[in-house]
Amino acid sequence: MQEIIEKINELFENGTVNRVLAWKTGEFDYERTPAVFTKEDGLDGFSYDSFCAANLAKYLILETKKEGKIAILAKPCDTYNLNLLIKEHRIDREKVFILGVPCRCKIDVEKIRAKGIKGIKSIKEEGDTLIIDTIYGEKTCPRQEAIQDKCLACQGRTHVVFDEKIEGGEPANVEKIDRMAEVEKLEAMTPQERFDFWRSELSKCIRCNACRNVCPACTCTTCVFDNPASGVSSKANTDTFEENMFHIIRAFHVAGRCTDCGECSRVCPQHIPLHLLNRKFIKEINELYGTYQSGEDAQSKGPLTNFTQEDAEPSIVYTKGRV
Amino acid sequence: MQVNETAKEQFRPVIVAFCCNWCSYAGADLAGSSRLNYPADVKIIRVPCSCRVNPLFILRAFERGADGVILCGCHPGDCHYSTGNYYTRRRMTLLFSMLDYMGIERERTRVEWVSAAEGAKFAATMNDFISTVAKLGENRKLRDLRCKK
Repeated sequence: MQEIIEKINELFENGTVNRVLAWKTGEFDYERTPAVFTKEDGLDGFSYDSFCAANLAKYLILETKKEGKIAILAKPCDTYNLNLLIKEHRIDREKVFILGVPCRCKIDVEKIRAKGIKGIKSIKEEGDTLIIDTIYGEKTCPRQEAIQDKCLACQGRTHVVFDEKIEGGEPANVEKIDRMAEVEKLEAMTPQERFDFWRSELSKCIRCNACRNVCPACTCTTCVFDNPASGVSSKANTDTFEENMFHIIRAFHVAGRCTDCGECSRVCPQHIPLHLLNRKFIKEINELYGTYQSGEDAQSKGPLTNFTQEDAEPSIVYTKGRV
Repeated sequence: MQVNETAKEQFRPVIVAFCCNWCSYAGADLAGSSRLNYPADVKIIRVPCSCRVNPLFILRAFERGADGVILCGCHPGDCHYSTGNYYTRRRMTLLFSMLDYMGIERERTRVEWVSAAEGAKFAATMNDFISTVAKLGENRKLRDLRCKK
């Protein structure tokens, strides 16, 4: 972290940037919230460690409209979203200084709480173990068991766009999972089982719109769900249809653009596995139109804004899977 | 009991057909002027191109009471706007697989390419689609429950 602070101060000193978009310590010791630090106010409360899970890319859209150049701290997975924003002309590359920071996979405090460790005061890392100081005394937890779901599915990404990169930190000793395994499990179910699964998940939705607001690919300034004439704007779902529709359309609007950063599921207060919808689209696109990783570069055409004459017909859907 | 069975037999699905102005809409017209039979349960909505159909249109149709939605456009390569239907093809493939993924019967949605000269194909497609949807019965999974006829 010291190295990062030194680098930011250097950028402030030589006038490259006047602000930096990073994380600061929140209300609790283990809480990190996105924050903009200005040259004048300094780096008070700045923090970068295993709790900085938030993807900062989306904040740049508004920040780059302001005066002067801004630096952003980007984890490897965030750089995919930065590339997407550059590709879609949502941010002015000239006004951003991308500082790549290393990532050892982020920690999900909810997972620690789920293990029955309550009253957490602070969490420290020692190698592959977490030392948790609680009001009931000190507890420990293997690091592997508290890793964010989105990080478990990340297959060791590297920075794809940056101005400068800070190397270092020991490599994460984390066992990864096959990100498509859950999707395949659902696909193997019968339609009725799948319907029941999604009903039980989506009926928890309170339409807080957090998944939409956090999504770094979902960047329209006017959203179809904010249309007061749509009957579904900013209010709780009144029936099963609205729940389904909101989530189908939310996932569809980022189909072919979703970088699978996993922010939607991370922020969901109801713990709905929203990433499974996005991954279904990614899986279909990879199978039908060739492997595509959104945000890998800032030039290529997305799968839904492109076509070939030999594309499969929509009727291919009927031939897939079970009877 | 008797009444219920009769009612079941008489179930007539509501079908919404989005038809491209340049091909399928003219194809539907030709089916009519050729005096080909297809049920009046098909409600045709004319769109400038099959590419105009937003996935939300299809979900909305289901919400407001459709039992099946079919999208008809020009054959790939024949689009009036050169490439519109190529985009439709990718988009709808993904949407249909998502509906299937969420457990909604995938047979309720379909894409067909019908040119302006294929009146007979239009009538045959509609007859086939209606019988498929009629077998599935009423759409309950994607319906606004407040909408009572």
